[in-house]
Amino acid sequence: MPAVGRNVPRKEGFEKVTGAAKYVDDLVFPGMLHGRTIRSTIAAGEIEAIHLGFDRKGFTIADCRDVPGRNVVALIDLDQPCLAERHIRHFAEPILLLAHEDRERLIEAEARIAIDYRETAPIYDPGKSDHCFKEIVIEKGDLARGFAEADAVVEGEYRVSHQEQLYIEPNGVIAVPEDGGITVYGSLQCPYYVHRALRVLLGLPEEKVRVVQTETGGGFGGKEEYPSMIAGHAAILAWKSRRPVKLVYDRVEDMIATTKRHPGVIRHSTGVTRDGRLTAIEIDVLLDGGAYMTLSPVVLSRGVIHATGPYRCDNVRIHGRVVATNTPPNGAFRGFGAPQTQFAAEVHMERIAESLGLDPARLRERNAFRPGDTTSTGQKLGTDTSALRVLREAVSRSDFRAKRRAYRGTNRGIGLALFFHGSGFTGGGEVKLASKASLELTESGARILVASTEIGQGTRTMHAQIVADTLGIPYEKVEVEAVDTARVPDSGPTVASRTCMVVGKILERCAREIRRELGGRSPREYLAAHGPLIVTKEYAGPDGLYWDDDNYRGDAYGAFGWGCDVVEIERDPDTYEIRPTRITAVQEIGRAIHPILAAGQIEGGTAQAVGYALLEDVAMRDGRMANAQLTNYLVPTTLDTPEIDVTILENPYEHGPFGAKGVGEMPIDGPAPAIVNAIRSLGLDVRAIPATPERILEAPAIPRKT
Amino acid sequence: MRFTLNGRKRRVQGPPMKRLLDVLREECGLTGTKEGCGEGECGACTVLVDGMPVNSCLIPFAQVRGSVVTTIEGLDGRHPLQDAFIAEGGAQCGICTPGMILAAAALPRGASFEEIRLGLAGNICRCTGYTAIYRAVNRAASARSARRRI
Repeated sequence: MPAVGRNVPRKEGFEKVTGAAKYVDDLVFPGMLHGRTIRSTIAAGEIEAIHLGFDRKGFTIADCRDVPGRNVVALIDLDQPCLAERHIRHFAEPILLLAHEDRERLIEAEARIAIDYRETAPIYDPGKSDHCFKEIVIEKGDLARGFAEADAVVEGEYRVSHQEQLYIEPNGVIAVPEDGGITVYGSLQCPYYVHRALRVLLGLPEEKVRVVQTETGGGFGGKEEYPSMIAGHAAILAWKSRRPVKLVYDRVEDMIATTKRHPGVIRHSTGVTRDGRLTAIEIDVLLDGGAYMTLSPVVLSRGVIHATGPYRCDNVRIHGRVVATNTPPNGAFRGFGAPQTQFAAEVHMERIAESLGLDPARLRERNAFRPGDTTSTGQKLGTDTSALRVLREAVSRSDFRAKRRAYRGTNRGIGLALFFHGSGFTGGGEVKLASKASLELTESGARILVASTEIGQGTRTMHAQIVADTLGIPYEKVEVEAVDTARVPDSGPTVASRTCMVVGKILERCAREIRRELGGRSPREYLAAHGPLIVTKEYAGPDGLYWDDDNYRGDAYGAFGWGCDVVEIERDPDTYEIRPTRITAVQEIGRAIHPILAAGQIEGGTAQAVGYALLEDVAMRDGRMANAQLTNYLVPTTLDTPEIDVTILENPYEHGPFGAKGVGEMPIDGPAPAIVNAIRSLGLDVRAIPATPERILEAPAIPRKT
Repeated sequence: MRFTLNGRKRRVQGPPMKRLLDVLREECGLTGTKEGCGEGECGACTVLVDGMPVNSCLIPFAQVRGSVVTTIEGLDGRHPLQDAFIAEGGAQCGICTPGMILAAAALPRGASFEEIRLGLAGNICRCTGYTAIYRAVNRAASARSARRRI
């Protein structure tokens, strides 16, 4: 029986439901110390003096002078120090590291450390920033001609806030000095990012650094680049003390110091004909990157490419910037720029419908991408373009039009959003990554060797299904090697909805070759005759993909997934709270390798977006998150999460394994604009999220089109 | 101090004000109980004390003297909820799962959807959107009634 398309048991399911799965904080090493990070209490300035007011006996203390290699967190740029030297650019910037056998002593010591600063004026408003990390312009057609063709121009400004990933397991690692090198065990998405960062930080050759992923309690992007920082800290302490060092954040530290989703301001100016055809789209995107670059340029890149939403238009200009402020660096979070820009695109689309007096579904239907259309970068869309299909399915399944009429004049509302999401790295990213995957023949089947991490989404299971069916062996006969850089090749990071479509495809090619080698023999027969067999393949993109990074032209992604969400809400007339009551999520993902896992991605991403839309309010005061605890940073509980009705549509992508595209990120793009559009159907002019009761209370009325 | 842990009478030494969570993880070596927030908001550290779900990060060790404590390790691995969580995708990253399963185990038999929703409201899951968890709880309930045992 084939495994693909079937709900086979999750590889590590039993360990997870019995508590046997080992997360980083569950591990103990002999002689292990606990670490603690001492951080800045100002947002901008210089360190003048550090006073350690405690007895240092039994402590390992490290600062920037203890870094054996280069004091940077190596990522896109080398701008971020692992430990501050003199300049402070954000609140909670790491300055000192302490280690001790007894965790309690660390807390006592921290209270006795005093740091003198010379403060300078911080910049918190991205509009006033004097440092741009990245600027991108996308141009298509002739904007002036497009506006000249228009009967009306609709303008608007939309705002999105920070969002905390809030994986339930905080960031954590253990660094162990071993054989003149270092091994780091940790909760992380991208072992080879950490591997490279540690090589640079410690000045060690490749083979002296080893990174092992422990079972990871959620990531959502929050364990994409940040683990390079915390691993660096633990490694510095381990290097100095010559003992294993565990560094696990508590929730407050995790929220106050680690990356968040980029906040932004997005402005649209759209030319449209009376009957709703888009003739010109002009968009300005400004993202707040925080104090250091991290992954901001690529977040902006995905953001601007998705900024038009899934709509055809011949004349487009998109201008994007991500700039520095004196706030903790923002970074990867599921969706990676696209939720921000598609929020703006879809609320703006709703406002176009309102201003023309058109049915919102019809306006979208009129402009939605069809196969053969070109995106803003000039990418010609293939036959797997399903914008119209998901829209029609969601509208009919939710009974959108009848409900919209029925709810008029009540405290109930209904809204929709149409969206798309590119799978894999943007532009030439996959070619540059040159990811590798290996497959090893075993006595009973095969063993997968990849650096792709299981972070809840089902990597091990889904990869094993692809390999099993390609080899023609039972799913149970496929093992998955632990993610350990000493044993698995660099398959690239576990991000960007690429683990199934891109890495899964490489594994499929490995399995095909092994199947050819076997030539009908059993693995046991083959191994007896020829000895061990390991096949390693490197990413090979589909022919004809073209990308011009200087001009932002070409094929931005191998494939796009397509989605449409319809959200029904109720407004509490007394508290102004908005309660979503039902979400219809229709998403086309190529092929669902494991329907329950795929639906799980859609259900979970949708719920996170409910938080993004309504609840999750990072209160930044003086450059510092003022509500860095779960008591007052609210994420959806069972009571906040409505019924989510998921429909998966399939429209195979010819270069994906068994037709699969990406699925992880797309579900978080749609619900926030659909919720705000539902609020707008109550006549409230909301253009920013989170749409808290305070915002609902203050929202002006939308002038009714008669 | 004496208490019953996962069906066995235990005598465990530890500071009386130490969090039950830490005693379970460090003194008893039972790491299936997880810490998510340390302030009783996320429910990842949920255990059963005398059959009631509690946040073990908020309970001083002294408070369980003479009580019956059940952690995820106290279910036998074939509990209907454990099977159902695997089958329905109720566990993704797995970090909330032990607490979620114990909170679900404390639900009354034949709980309605609203009772399930309320009973699990103290346990945050960031992965699933709870949908698969409801499916798992319902599946376990059907399996239990089919087997006619608790």
